[in-house]
Amino acid sequence: MRSAHLSVVPAQDGEAQRAPAVELRGVGKAFSSRSGRVEVLSGLNISLQSGEFLAIVGPSGSGKSTVLNLLAGLDRPSAGAVTCQGAPVTAINTGIGYLTQHDSLLPWRTVEQNVAVPLELRKIDRVETAARVRELIVQVGLDGFERHYPSQLSGGMRKRAMLARTLIYDPPVLLMDEPFGPLDAQLKLVLQAELLKLWSARRKTVVFVTHDIVEAITLADRVLVFSSRPCQIRLDEPIAIPRPREVHEVRFHPAFEEHYRRLWAALEPPVRRSS
Amino acid sequence: MSTQALSDTRAEPMLGQSGRVWLYRTIFVVAMLTAWQGASGTLLDPFWVSSPAAVLKTLVEWTASGQLAYHLLITFKETAVGFVLGATAGVLFALLVGASDILHRTVDPFVTAVYGVPKVALAPLFIMWFGIGLAPKIVLAAISVFFLVFFSTLRGVREVDLKMVDALRTMGAGRFAVQRMVIFPSALPWLFTGLKLGLPYGFVGAVAAEMMASNAGIGYLTQNSAGQLDTAGVFAALFALMVVTTLLNEALGRLESWIFRWR
Repeated sequence: MRSAHLSVVPAQDGEAQRAPAVELRGVGKAFSSRSGRVEVLSGLNISLQSGEFLAIVGPSGSGKSTVLNLLAGLDRPSAGAVTCQGAPVTAINTGIGYLTQHDSLLPWRTVEQNVAVPLELRKIDRVETAARVRELIVQVGLDGFERHYPSQLSGGMRKRAMLARTLIYDPPVLLMDEPFGPLDAQLKLVLQAELLKLWSARRKTVVFVTHDIVEAITLADRVLVFSSRPCQIRLDEPIAIPRPREVHEVRFHPAFEEHYRRLWAALEPPVRRSS
Repeated sequence: MSTQALSDTRAEPMLGQSGRVWLYRTIFVVAMLTAWQGASGTLLDPFWVSSPAAVLKTLVEWTASGQLAYHLLITFKETAVGFVLGATAGVLFALLVGASDILHRTVDPFVTAVYGVPKVALAPLFIMWFGIGLAPKIVLAAISVFFLVFFSTLRGVREVDLKMVDALRTMGAGRFAVQRMVIFPSALPWLFTGLKLGLPYGFVGAVAAEMMASNAGIGYLTQNSAGQLDTAGVFAALFALMVVTTLLNEALGRLESWIFRWR
């Protein structure tokens, strides 16, 4: 188990000589709206080792998605620095795979054409593209649906297709914004299990935003609890449940209850206030 | 009661819904033509309103002499060339203008102002510039089509889902790839609306220019018949044009449903 507990404190000796895979240093982000400036993030420090799975939970509007947008280079920080794989993020970051909450499959393309988009953009030849698309579609369990259009798929299948499209170009860092949010509980478990399987095979660095504490504990090496705006890290909780994990058994692990209690306690005050 | 209603709806109708629609359409056409034929010569002077029989006779004569095909083909050519030119320019210009907010806001008032000018009013100018051949008709048809396709496509470009654009950009798409993979396909339904609206206006442009100065085309045929006080000729020419535009619109509709089979 990796107790990569180096979020706020700069890394110390041995273990952390390697540069972090993803780092936010003193990051602030303010949006100006009609009602004035809204400070979403301020003085935020996060750092992830390569291959680490980090989950972020927090109340709505606490800036979780903003962190992902900053890492993707879709937004610029108002203060501080964002680095990814050792390079500062100053433009669109194409070294990441971003799985958004929003359905962004191209409706006029079939599943296989959608999954092929990143390779098409990288000018990979047709034969290799076809082979990799085939492989990924099987991996996410969409075989038989290659020629279907997104409108002919269920919500869960669309998520699988998006996941395949994100993984096909093998980005070292994955950003996931409540990817399984709107799905029913059972499907959620299935997809979580598949995500874990794919993640342990490829060991990507993952930043996973969710509302669901159980999901965070199930998947992550470490869970950050954000406060409401301007966001502060209320809790940085390493998860002491060994891998490989079975998604439907994690909640019966002796450590689960303690993690759940602590995360819930850290999350509770703002939740209570907002409701 | 509910079981009764259910079994009632289950009963197979004699004709399918579209069969019924076609039946009613036929009844409507027959009724209109009969009324026209009956009124002509009794209630109304055939000199002014002609009659379906006279129009049909003229159509048969023109078809036999090859006159109808000749003039139709000319109008069709002018419109087709104008339509392709105008639509292409409209789409390209819309993609260009839609790509930049500043550019869009800069040109918007000018394009809207020019759009407000009745295109037919430009015909005399084009005839002065381009003579009385095919050119002024093509230009007028092109301009009529251009604005409709431009505004419609631009609307589509502006309504593109920005989340989809962002997703493509993080996957490594440049400006051009985003245009090709996201913006153009998502503006396509709007583009088609523009094409379908534009097609009849293309014919209007071509025919209007023909009516002002030419010696061929449906516009000329109409004008020429009217000059000889031949009402049947005017109706026959217009009827032929109506058939052509309807068929072309139907073809566009088929093409549209084939392109948008993903819906």
